[in-house]
Amino acid sequence: MSLSPLDKRWFWLCRFFAFTCALIICFIILFLFVESIPAIQSIGLERFFNDSSWHPTPDPSTGSFNLSAMLVGTLAATLGAIIFAGPLGILAAIFCHFYAPKQIAYLFRRMIELLAGIPSVVFGFWGLVTLAPIIRNLAPPGPSLCAGIIILTMMILPTVVLLSDAAIKNIPKKYIEGAAALGLSRWSTIKSIVIRASKEGLSNAIMLATGRAIGETMAVVMVCGNIAQIPNSLFDPIRTLTANIALELGYATGQHRSSLFFSGLLLLGIITMMVLISEKLKSEAIRD
Amino acid sequence: MGCSDKTGMQEQPSIQRLIVTGSSTAAPLVSDIAKRFEQSQPDIRIDIQTGGSSRGITDAGNGLADIGLSSRALTLNEKEILQCHTLAQDGVCFLIHKNNPIQKITNKQLKNIYTGKTTNWKQLGGLDKEITVIQRAQGRSEVSLVCQYFDVKPSDIKADLIAGENQQGIKMVANDESAIVYMSVGTSEYEVSRGTPIKLLPLKSIPATAENVAKGDYPLSRPLIFVTQSHPSQLVSKFIEFAQSPQVNDLIKDHSFVSITTR
Repeated sequence: MSLSPLDKRWFWLCRFFAFTCALIICFIILFLFVESIPAIQSIGLERFFNDSSWHPTPDPSTGSFNLSAMLVGTLAATLGAIIFAGPLGILAAIFCHFYAPKQIAYLFRRMIELLAGIPSVVFGFWGLVTLAPIIRNLAPPGPSLCAGIIILTMMILPTVVLLSDAAIKNIPKKYIEGAAALGLSRWSTIKSIVIRASKEGLSNAIMLATGRAIGETMAVVMVCGNIAQIPNSLFDPIRTLTANIALELGYATGQHRSSLFFSGLLLLGIITMMVLISEKLKSEAIRD
Repeated sequence: MGCSDKTGMQEQPSIQRLIVTGSSTAAPLVSDIAKRFEQSQPDIRIDIQTGGSSRGITDAGNGLADIGLSSRALTLNEKEILQCHTLAQDGVCFLIHKNNPIQKITNKQLKNIYTGKTTNWKQLGGLDKEITVIQRAQGRSEVSLVCQYFDVKPSDIKADLIAGENQQGIKMVANDESAIVYMSVGTSEYEVSRGTPIKLLPLKSIPATAENVAKGDYPLSRPLIFVTQSHPSQLVSKFIEFAQSPQVNDLIKDHSFVSITTR
């Protein structure tokens, strides 16, 4: 099929824009690599996981550079948030489609959109002055993994609801009509048709929400307490990788600075792995 | 690199550049001072980059920067090759909640709190409440100053929470009646004047006020200094003179530091 001249011009223009987008990612990855190489060379990969603690200094011989507490912190907070926000969001989207009266569903969607628009620093501020004192009354010191999970749940909930809502909307109408014709109850329709037919969209919603939770920084710095330790309970303070970068980059020099870039690289690695896993799950789902 | 303006009848003098690097504590203040300086000297551009006091001192030493910024005094070795010019003073004080009945505290007690030996305010004659020990983010100059003052390593400090920015530390203490944190005296005094429920603890029985920092009585303070080579150029001297003059006192006050020319 030959392209018309206008098509050709479009073709090149689109190519150019797509290439630019890809280039930006490449530059970011390259930059992270270049900045973290000094730390990898002088500190060594093992020390990032075997050192006694995270007490970095510009000179690698005097400091200790263990990032695993932050890694655990990031994963715990993210996992916790997904455990709550996932079911909550998907069920809310189902409610919106199959149970709510039209006006209420409309109102509900607008409110969720509003929730999505609240800047993260506002969530963090609310968490710091309202949520943390409440948690402190239960178990001091207040800012903790638990506070982080609650805040992150609230922040990623709109992503889950809105994307699940869109996924459910995309199910061919005839599926639902067919189910109705067979005399299936509303719950059976949802359970055996809606959830199955929109599986890919729903898992996409969860994935994007996970990405947002992993990358969240400002709110997490404010509510998690920022102690670099592996938590023993929900009420222990934690520090995430993003919080670590935000807290220290402004004051870091030498190998300390470089090791913060390495932690950024680590974060990128986690997200890459997540994308790969979700792609794998998706391709398996299609084969089913 | 002449950036001459071809459209003007008069030949403009070429633009001179000053490179300033160093302390991220002092940089925002110096940046404001530089803006004011540039307004009066249109042919001068001042570039300010942060990267910590150590970088400022190194850069000034090897000539990468015309001026280095530092929020710590120079060591004896550094003093041999470099010149320092004090810009302002900043005190560091310990803060607790206003409702905490503790009125004074000894250095030993503070050290015990921060190293985890004292964990309840009752042990210091206060209420029966667990102490929430708040540490500051690693690399900040307050951390090294306090560690030096109590002769401990940062890894010896047992904290419950870590606050990054000053505002976060203030909020943590204002919302927790059993918390303690340390930070800039200027910032803390400003918050008290706005009615934030916090209290500045005296150190060695000397009240933590900007006035006492200015007088040099308050024990825990740090200078914000310019570091230059032993014979700074005319332009560098001119800028430093400007930054040390009373013309910038309002800026120093805005940034909650203590000017050296206030008294």
